[in-house]
Amino acid sequence: MASIFQGVGAATSLSSSTSIDTKKFHFCSRRSRSERKASFVVVRSGGAKVENRIGGRAEQLVTNAVAAKADTPTAATVSKPGHELLLFEALREGLEEEMERDARVCVMGEDVGHYGGSYKVTRGLAEKYGDLRVLDTPIAENSFTGMGIGAAMMGLRPIIEGMNMGFLLLAFNQISNNCGMLHYTSGGQFKIPVVIRGPGGVGRQLGAEHSQRLESYFQSIPGIQMVACSTPYNAKGLMKAAIRSDNPVILFEHVLLYNLKERIPDEEYVLNLEEAEMVRPGEHVTILTYSRMRYHVMQAAKTLVNKGYDPEVIDIRSLKPFDLYTIGNSIKKTHRVLIVEECMRTGGIGASLTAAITENFHDYLDAPIVCLSSQDVPTPYAGTLEEWTVVQPPQIVAAVEQLCR
Amino acid sequence: MTLARRSSGFLKPLSTACSSSFLHRRPYSTDDTTTITVETSVPFTGHNCEPPSRSVDTNPKELMTFFTDMALMRRMEIAADSLYKSKLIRGFCHLYDGQEAVSIGMEAAITKKDCIITAYRDHCLFLGRGGTLLESFAELMGRTAGCSNGKGGSMHFYKKEACFYGGHGIVGAQVPLGCGLAFAQKYRKEGHVTFTMYGDGAANQGQLFEALNMAALWDLPAILVCENNHYGMGTAEWRAAKSPAYYKRGDYVPGLKVDGMDAFAVKQACKFAKEHVLKNGPIILEMDTYRYHGHSMSDPGSTYRTRDEISGVRQERDPIERIRKLILAHDLATEKELKDIEKQARKEVDEAIVKAKESPMPDEPELFTNVYRKGFGVESFGADRKELRTTLP
Repeated sequence: MASIFQGVGAATSLSSSTSIDTKKFHFCSRRSRSERKASFVVVRSGGAKVENRIGGRAEQLVTNAVAAKADTPTAATVSKPGHELLLFEALREGLEEEMERDARVCVMGEDVGHYGGSYKVTRGLAEKYGDLRVLDTPIAENSFTGMGIGAAMMGLRPIIEGMNMGFLLLAFNQISNNCGMLHYTSGGQFKIPVVIRGPGGVGRQLGAEHSQRLESYFQSIPGIQMVACSTPYNAKGLMKAAIRSDNPVILFEHVLLYNLKERIPDEEYVLNLEEAEMVRPGEHVTILTYSRMRYHVMQAAKTLVNKGYDPEVIDIRSLKPFDLYTIGNSIKKTHRVLIVEECMRTGGIGASLTAAITENFHDYLDAPIVCLSSQDVPTPYAGTLEEWTVVQPPQIVAAVEQLCR
Repeated sequence: MTLARRSSGFLKPLSTACSSSFLHRRPYSTDDTTTITVETSVPFTGHNCEPPSRSVDTNPKELMTFFTDMALMRRMEIAADSLYKSKLIRGFCHLYDGQEAVSIGMEAAITKKDCIITAYRDHCLFLGRGGTLLESFAELMGRTAGCSNGKGGSMHFYKKEACFYGGHGIVGAQVPLGCGLAFAQKYRKEGHVTFTMYGDGAANQGQLFEALNMAALWDLPAILVCENNHYGMGTAEWRAAKSPAYYKRGDYVPGLKVDGMDAFAVKQACKFAKEHVLKNGPIILEMDTYRYHGHSMSDPGSTYRTRDEISGVRQERDPIERIRKLILAHDLATEKELKDIEKQARKEVDEAIVKAKESPMPDEPELFTNVYRKGFGVESFGADRKELRTTLP
């Protein structure tokens, strides 16, 4: 019965999708919600039938210029002779390559120049490029963010570093009103190709004010894009993509991930800013996560595999806009969704993602979406309390077991 | 402010070949070779710097251009007032009448490569930068012919080709932006300057001092211009600021106090500032000016100041009257000719309004254009293949 129902659904979505193909593809993500619903049907590589616990079904290909085809392997396709480095070094590599490539790229932030960056991301750059290109600013987030935006209006491509994402709250007006909206209110005259980056998230007992997760506050600003990196491979790729993008991009790093080591390719590569990463393909449940929680999820996945479950883990990477293409395909396969995030429960990324999935893929869900987020409390200092604030692997395992019952 | 042909004598008829926003030339003196020296109304007061001299050189052509352009600006603002009252302009409308001399004097001293950025009282500055009446009125009425396609409104006028960076609604937020423009100018070593304008209300914003600190630290070519019209929205300056000497507030940054109702004083000060800043880093200019209207159209402007005060300033310090008296004193045109110029300005404004009313409102797809630059527009590829993997529209 389920497969017949799915067949009907696929047929109707196919017919509406052909009408989309004939229209010129205008970028208008908001109003094409209903149209995009149809575009998420995809063919599996080689057209193989999908066997899962619910039952296989045939799927159809829709050609819509949104993202890559499903047959390309994502994540770190490592060509063996690569080089190993830590995440902050990967960020620096990406930054340096872009500064080399384009003389308009400059960095501004506190302690980025002579000190080398409080997380060493900009170490060595000031000696190489000079004090004007790697600018040490005074502690004045509101105005140096505004300065970066003004410089971007004139054609430069600044990268504004917040020493901790939480400090960028002081620059919220500049980010929201000027950065996000100037392209629109000027009728397209000015572009603001800034990258605003910095570490956020809950660290090791840093206290409430230094453990903020600002992705939830920034997510409704129109006109900006948000990405979160989690591995050295995607850190470098996203950094480069963000710098090359003509839109303002906020790149969320995590304080605890800077020392992750990975082997990354020697060749130059740029990742897609709007694409999610398939970390572990699976069949039973889709786990959506980003940034540090990816590692908690992977740890839980080990336990889950031992218990006989097959979770599909997707690192969403793009926080605004969501890569509903990849996410949708996964949901259509597994029919169960678990979102694991470090944001607060109220108004967080998980909340928006839940709404987006329910709006678009409600028919494909077999169970309500479960969202595991941090508690709605200021992050306490005490170590044990701080551990209870964020989602831990045992909670993820329990949630999957509950979901897959 | 270009003229088709230079005339060496008086009262020669001239051909007109200027843009639609300027008047057809009447046979009054438009010679630009004779130098006339004008004294500014009051001497400049300097803070940490030597003020420039009171004598300003000008010529008949400049005087007539000042009068013509200021009359046009004044007319435009008054027309905007009546359009607002007839509900064709909605939202916020902040009018600049009374302060025209700041815009005119500044334009006379700088080039179109120098940047100007200001707050929401931007209609006349836009006009001074080369914007047309049609673009202004269409934008105010939310039509597609507007300078921001109708999507910005009164507070968001921009003109990139003329280096006019707007047009900002949040008080004081444009000052760090202006320092950013100056930073980019220094980065590119182009030798131009940025005039960052703000009001006496914004002078109490923290981000202004943050930006000033950075500009002074790195010697950015930023000129901070405080248009002090003595009222920050509904609050008088002495009730809002402990130290209303805004030109001194920069402390280590030099400042100059200028009579903002005298176009020549403004011109002299801006010229001086431009030279200063290219060598020595930022400077603050305080323009002592006055606005006849209230803060915005929802403010009658008379609850916090008396009508006598407003009419007193209008009688004694009005910028257009000042130029008129100068023109008549130097016998460059007759009373009737000046009245004709004002009538012509009125006619141009009315024509522009008619044309702007004809322009359509933007349609629905316009809602989503220009949110992002060319869609998401990133080419991306993986390390395993050098070829393009995807380009989003």
